[in-house]
Amino acid sequence: MEVCGTHTMAIARSGIRSLLPESLELISGPGCPVCVTEASYLDGALLLAGRADSPIIATYGDMVRVPGSSGSLAEARARGARVEVVYSSQKAVELAEANPDRQVVFLAVGFETTAPGTALALRRARDEKLANFSVLVAHKLIPPAMRALLEAGDDRIDGFLCPGHVSVIIGYEAYAELARNYRRPCVVAGFDPLQILSGVEAILEQLAEGKAEAASVYPSAGRRGNPEALKLLEEVFVPCESAWRGIGTIPGSGLALGELWREFDAEKRFGLPKIESHDPPLCRCGEVIRGRCQPWECGLFGKRCTPRDPVGPCMVSSEGACAAAYKYGPLRPGRG
Amino acid sequence: MTDKEHIQLAHGGGGELTAELVEGVILPALGGPQRPGGLTDGAIVPVGGVKFAFTTDGYVVRPLEFPGGDIGKLAVIGTVNDLAVMGARPLVMSLSLVIREGLEIALLGRLLKSAGRAAREAGVSIVTGDTKVVERDASDGLVVTTAGIGVVSDKAALGFHRVTAGDRIILSGPLGEHALAVMSQRRGLGFSSDLVSDCASLAPLTASLLESFGEDVHFMRDPTRGGLAAVLADLAEGTGRNVEVLEAAIPVNRAARAAAEMLGLDLLAAANEGKLIAVVAASAAERAVETLARHDMAAHASVIGTVGESSDNPLVELLTPIGGRRIVQRPYGEELPRIC
Repeated sequence: MEVCGTHTMAIARSGIRSLLPESLELISGPGCPVCVTEASYLDGALLLAGRADSPIIATYGDMVRVPGSSGSLAEARARGARVEVVYSSQKAVELAEANPDRQVVFLAVGFETTAPGTALALRRARDEKLANFSVLVAHKLIPPAMRALLEAGDDRIDGFLCPGHVSVIIGYEAYAELARNYRRPCVVAGFDPLQILSGVEAILEQLAEGKAEAASVYPSAGRRGNPEALKLLEEVFVPCESAWRGIGTIPGSGLALGELWREFDAEKRFGLPKIESHDPPLCRCGEVIRGRCQPWECGLFGKRCTPRDPVGPCMVSSEGACAAAYKYGPLRPGRG
Repeated sequence: MTDKEHIQLAHGGGGELTAELVEGVILPALGGPQRPGGLTDGAIVPVGGVKFAFTTDGYVVRPLEFPGGDIGKLAVIGTVNDLAVMGARPLVMSLSLVIREGLEIALLGRLLKSAGRAAREAGVSIVTGDTKVVERDASDGLVVTTAGIGVVSDKAALGFHRVTAGDRIILSGPLGEHALAVMSQRRGLGFSSDLVSDCASLAPLTASLLESFGEDVHFMRDPTRGGLAAVLADLAEGTGRNVEVLEAAIPVNRAARAAAEMLGLDLLAAANEGKLIAVVAASAAERAVETLARHDMAAHASVIGTVGESSDNPLVELLTPIGGRRIVQRPYGEELPRIC
């Protein structure tokens, strides 16, 4: 199983599956940050977008078309809401600087890769004493999710292809305990097809030798990760329980703003109510995320649910397993 | 449930949603004019014994000036290219301006000078135009619309109906230069690069091809919004045939590829303003590539794929550099707003 949206896409785009033997299956796990974010988060963002005082919602492009209970941010924008796509958290802060008379809310979604960026943005907002910048945090941590998948005991996972960018931050040592306790090889790989194949090969070698260790074939991901980034995370965030679409609530799998940073919490600033959201019926995103269902096994795939008219996040996110399958194939069981 | 009541930005993307809007709303409302031979960007109008090509376009690119061009140059080149891929020699065009109150006159001057220069170089005359000014809040700095008329070459016999199994697909150069040059200037992205828009007239290329190969040239299109992927999707759909493309054969601009990777953009769907796709009879393909490559702007022209057999569900398949296979879908539409 790979647990990285960029791997999902890289595998699909390179057509690797069409080259692998029948006995080897690459499954996609909860590696797409948008896909694992609960619908209630998006509904919260939509509530903010629809406010009379029109706060600017700064978001990564991916979130813009995810359907919430009452449409998407893109649709809210078409109806007049201020939704701005940003490529980095710094740009969100710049929006706040450029629009002092408006609140700017940054949708802080993503794993350990983007969380340090959010932390930097908050530091900058604090240094500049910005009163109009806040974040709606939904950052999540990968290793606890990997553990949760294995805890259930009914998975088909023989090994993990570990996420490249996340591992650059946290280091591959972060998977050592998991590998040991659950006897699953965990190998970090980069994103070009040869890297991915090397990672798969390393997993297979471990399996053949009866080993279960954490390792990396990705030069950028070392054992201990990036100490600067990890320090930043510790400064700004505290681990918390987090709800993962399709998996449920996993303790210690999310990041919340630390005590000293709560003033930047958009939920608090705007008094967002607790929202109960329900996944659309028949949508099997949750199972796809857990690797229990292939995209084409969902009854809605390619018919009611397409990138144009997505039902669930796995189809609309550029890193979702369903989007990858629709865009690059396979469209049905079998090779390529 | 997607909002079906309001126009989304993606409707302008040149992809699926645009097609839906045109086929589902615009054409029926107009009483459904017939579009000959699958041409989407222009029409062939026979008058007397002459076949005229007629096209129209709108330009909303932002920012107005970008490395390698500006909206003025783009408006002329885009129009000229639409005519060129119809097999026509561009003759005359119109230039209509909708200017936002407050736009710097010096800027307007620069943009129009650029348009004038592009027109002279392309051998087309701007013979009529219009000027409107809208309130400060109303729109972006400048919107330009054009209409162009050209004369279709006697040697041109183009259309989906002419494409057959074994035809080769030729691409005149690397992808994405225009899209990424524009993106590099967008506020909020700030990546520095040497990328320059490839904005240039295709008329010399198309004229060369038709002159030397006439009826062996079966189909031509320029991959603007929606990129190569959109053209291939049109080709597969319009001909009802499978299409196979070799990823390794697609010419690459390293800087464009790096920028696209960084931004998570698909080069196959990125807009180009100076590239030609020609579908040519197999027997003429190699010579056609040589002919194109004599022009600087097509120095890296290559055969990138082949048209296959008819199919109930025609697909565009890409053979990846590692030998894998995957499909190329029609782009959805919102990759990059305001790109041309």
